[in-house]
Amino acid sequence: MNKKTRVPLFHIAKRSTLPWYHAWAIRGGALILALLVCAGVTAILTGENAFLLYVTMVKGSFGSVRKIWVLLQNIAMLLCVSLAVTPAFRMRCWNLGGEGQVLVGGLASVLVMTFLSPYLPNGLLILVMLLASILAGAVWAGIPAIFKAQWNTNETLFTLMMNYVAMQLVAFYIAYRFPKGTGTMGVVNGDTRAGWLPYLLGQQYLLNILIVALLTGLVYAYLRYSKHGYEIAVVGESERTARYVGINVKRVIIRTMLLSGAICGLAGFLLVSGTDHSLSTTSAGGRGFTAVMVSWLAKFNPIWMIFTSFLLVFLGKGASEIASQFRLNESFGDILTGIILFFIIGSEFFIQYKILLTRSAEKEEKDHV
Amino acid sequence: MKKIIALLLALVMVFALCACGKTAEETKLKVGFIFLHDENSTYDLNFIKAAEEACQAAGVEYILKTNVPEGQECYDTAAELVDEGCSIVFADSFGHEDYLIQAAKDFPNVQFCHATGTKAHTENLANYHNAFASIYEGRYLAGIAAGMKLNQMIEEGKITAEEAKMGYVGAFTYAEVISGYTSFYLGAKSVCPSVTMEVTFTGSWYDQALETEGAQKLIDRGCVLISQHADSLGAPSVCEANGVPNVSYNGSTEDAGPNTYIVASRINWAPYFSYIIDCVKNNKAIDADWSGSIASGSVELFPLNEKVAAPGTQEAIDAALAEIKAGTLHVFATDTFTVGGENLSEYLADVDTDDAFTPDTNVVSDGYFHESEKRSAPYFDIQIDGIELLDVAF
Repeated sequence: MNKKTRVPLFHIAKRSTLPWYHAWAIRGGALILALLVCAGVTAILTGENAFLLYVTMVKGSFGSVRKIWVLLQNIAMLLCVSLAVTPAFRMRCWNLGGEGQVLVGGLASVLVMTFLSPYLPNGLLILVMLLASILAGAVWAGIPAIFKAQWNTNETLFTLMMNYVAMQLVAFYIAYRFPKGTGTMGVVNGDTRAGWLPYLLGQQYLLNILIVALLTGLVYAYLRYSKHGYEIAVVGESERTARYVGINVKRVIIRTMLLSGAICGLAGFLLVSGTDHSLSTTSAGGRGFTAVMVSWLAKFNPIWMIFTSFLLVFLGKGASEIASQFRLNESFGDILTGIILFFIIGSEFFIQYKILLTRSAEKEEKDHV
Repeated sequence: MKKIIALLLALVMVFALCACGKTAEETKLKVGFIFLHDENSTYDLNFIKAAEEACQAAGVEYILKTNVPEGQECYDTAAELVDEGCSIVFADSFGHEDYLIQAAKDFPNVQFCHATGTKAHTENLANYHNAFASIYEGRYLAGIAAGMKLNQMIEEGKITAEEAKMGYVGAFTYAEVISGYTSFYLGAKSVCPSVTMEVTFTGSWYDQALETEGAQKLIDRGCVLISQHADSLGAPSVCEANGVPNVSYNGSTEDAGPNTYIVASRINWAPYFSYIIDCVKNNKAIDADWSGSIASGSVELFPLNEKVAAPGTQEAIDAALAEIKAGTLHVFATDTFTVGGENLSEYLADVDTDDAFTPDTNVVSDGYFHESEKRSAPYFDIQIDGIELLDVAF
């Protein structure tokens, strides 16, 4: 008998590129597995029938025409913020400040809406709001960008901290303007509707959705076909290469972050002018962070991001519908969402790598000999 | 694998069939409820319990929507409830108001009712209504329990009369909160004349960390009894840890503070819900401003925790309650408090809501401040002598 060496049970190997249908089979399998695990967890923790829960989940997004509109609107808003952070991400510049950039954009809109509405005709007012929001968002992203470009500060932390500054700015404005209130702004211009985006075909959200659809195409084209897009890709791959081929890296960083912030500002404008007509510290609703996942899951491709934002919005709406209908805590919906995301993100691992049981690997080796 | 799939499909079909069975039921009156948080908040739990109680008693269907933020989501949820066939939509948070008004304009055939709001009497919409209850009466009685406890501590020599200082954790410097702590203070003062009070604000209706911090700060500053107007268990838990008596709000917190909890007051919303259901059933108009009282059962005091309350507390509360019901005792009687050393003879309050909180209506006459009479939501926002605000950032 030979001396027995301890061998691990399995090992991991990089896959060569999978055919697309194989990759999607893995993703689909992961989703089905996730739903089954969710069913089990639901049954054990709550005694509810998981399949009824799934029906409720679907109804949460598609239960009525209005729900579908709201779903589309929510997808559009999440997609807008995701489109904003994507150019920076492709450059490997981790802009986690989407939340704050949306908020300052929204705040700029609210300020213009509140203080200039008596002086400007509605069309012009909306235009000024739009520009102010874009500018505010750009400035909010520009500050960390300049620091990163000049002194190579860590943009992840810097942009993250800028979120809190933005939140406090909003809180300060509300406390300053409504000193005897309850920390809410209420609807701005409720009577005159000045600065409110018009309803298209009687639908409040249609204009928002169309704007974001157009934006998706533009960002896609910008990243894929423009010189700027190419520069972003090169800087993302290697700053040294970029410098070697004569790209002004500092300029690309600042320019891309400005763009990122500007689109976030636009999202803030759409939130204030198109839907809420108000602003609070939580108006951005965590989209600045969810956008990271949307963008990453779609491999930074704006077209795929339509589907990933749908997935995340759908899961979120389903979770809160479950919480409401079955009188379960909101956290339970989050648990289900967490399980599903775990499997989906996990499936990417199995697309990139394969797991080989050691015994079969040895066999494989022998066969080769 | 195929078998499993077949089994799953069969299951789905069975449930689909079950779901079909329900639609055949007759259409009943349906009421939709919108809550800011869920059962974890004492504030919302109080509404949820009342909603279930009133709807079950009236035999109507109801839909509860929890965790609805004070934004466009409120409008969307209200509209969804209308889509689902609700004839009444109710929302429980102050910040929901503007979105509910918007929905009321868009759906004129549905009644929209809103707790704590201030705009119904100026909006003049036939289907939009505000409601509140004279919780200051309950706070006053709870204040009596606090004052009795202070008296007991003075008699037992634990504190001197001058050290009878209470602490109060408030959410915002907002009329509802000010009205609440002032009536609580006046209740305590009615039995313990030397009492003073310090108030700190958290800037949030629900923030356990800040409420915990605020209550601890007040205790460290020498407050010997704590009450609060914020919705978490922060303050009651700190009181229990420090052995400081606590007067609670919205719900009994005896579980969190078995050795320190004295009593709590709350608004019982069930009478209001029964009222609006009855109105819609019988085609009667709902009041634009509805204000329940302690006499009508809308304001309640939880049973005293006899272990902590001072002897004789129940008798003192009962006596005051009888006087309130008889109309001989007014909580905000102007001879019981001073403002800057002077008694109030008139006061312009901001009754008609505007952004600048412009005072517009005199609410002092016949020797007392007429709270919740000009509109349902409180508008007592005066800083009276004996109460010190530690921070007014909110």
